[in-house]
Amino acid sequence: MANRFVAATMVLIASMFSLPALAQNAQGPPRIPFPAPDPDAPPVDRSEEKHLDGWYKDSPIMPADPKAAPAPRHDLSGIWEPAAGWLAGVQFMGAQEYPSDGKHFLPFTPAGEEAFKTHKAGFGTNEVPIALNNDPFDKCDPIGFPRIELFNLRAIQILQTPKQVTILYQNDRTFRSIWTDGRAFPNPDIEEPRWYGYSIGRWEDNNTLVVETTGIDERTWIDNAGRPHSGDMQVEERFHRVNRDLMELTLTIIDPKMYAKPWNALEKFPMRLQSDAFDIREMLCSPSEQATFDKAVSQPAVAEPPRKK
Amino acid sequence: MKTGLGLSFLFTIAFLAVSVPLSAHHGNASYGHAKQLTLKGTVTEWTWLNPHTFLKVDVKDEEGNVVNWVIEWSAPSNLINRGVNRKTFKPGDEVTVVMITPDNGAPVGRLQRVMLANGKWLQGSG
Repeated sequence: MANRFVAATMVLIASMFSLPALAQNAQGPPRIPFPAPDPDAPPVDRSEEKHLDGWYKDSPIMPADPKAAPAPRHDLSGIWEPAAGWLAGVQFMGAQEYPSDGKHFLPFTPAGEEAFKTHKAGFGTNEVPIALNNDPFDKCDPIGFPRIELFNLRAIQILQTPKQVTILYQNDRTFRSIWTDGRAFPNPDIEEPRWYGYSIGRWEDNNTLVVETTGIDERTWIDNAGRPHSGDMQVEERFHRVNRDLMELTLTIIDPKMYAKPWNALEKFPMRLQSDAFDIREMLCSPSEQATFDKAVSQPAVAEPPRKK
Repeated sequence: MKTGLGLSFLFTIAFLAVSVPLSAHHGNASYGHAKQLTLKGTVTEWTWLNPHTFLKVDVKDEEGNVVNWVIEWSAPSNLINRGVNRKTFKPGDEVTVVMITPDNGAPVGRLQRVMLANGKWLQGSG
């Protein structure tokens, strides 16, 4: 009996040591913390931090106005930024609700798990040095949808006509047309996949636009951590304008080939209305700039060390 | 409704108070064990581009040889709100740079903070 107790205790102790190691193996190599620790750094002085638009005009970050006017009916037009700060939509570790940190687990199918393993990302559990990754955005391929809302979601401008809602994005300096004229999707037999897919929208109530998107090019990643999708993925966005100043975005991934059930990448992500004079900064991936950066920084960092003479 | 907005107001304030600006396109995997170095030298070039800016600095090694270091920093869209812009450094400026470096010993790094000639520190990763 005593021996059994000792043996059980030893197994327990051994498992306490081995479990974290196993978990680490399952999640890939250990990550270098980001940002890297800098224990001797002086306290950060945020007093001089600004909120500059693209015209270098400072627009102070204002908290959401609790007395904001009600939302206008069927109207999302305006310039919007993440409400919790201009960097709150960066999602560098992957989709806001499922960062790739080894603590959030997506409902991968076996095919999804396999596809994810092939994506060598700049961040997350698949992280590799930048010179060795295969992130399509690092070659300046279009960032695509939905990654445009799941990585570096910065300022957006929404324009509306009677037939469409158009979203202009700071990141990738690109746009999407969401057709609200009652049309159906193109014939799937002949449609070509698009980096930003095909989007149709309908007003669910006075202040909620529901958008469905299909036909998304399989070369795009869902997020910055390399979450994969199939060509059959459907994405649902719900833009709910709470009042004049505040809009919430929920984004759902539906892709039974890769994920056993739908998952929300964004859940009521808050965006706040900006001044109508806010100039959206240019933020583009330029292939020649990327090449300059890779030659100067990425490649030397992983090159074989020179042999000592 | 009123309470909800009040909470979001508080949440916004709390978030702004504790958040560290982050936004990199890629993490620190290039920098192996993230060995930290502090180097003093002379700026030769300040390159303001995407995905990340970088600073080139001439530094004398122990044997008196001048080595040109290339140190990446944040994206322009992040630095601009921290008072850093394309004119912050010019060739000839004396700087002290704290950075992490890769395992292969190459003279490259990722900037953690930099002290200007006037003693002012600029910092922030991302």
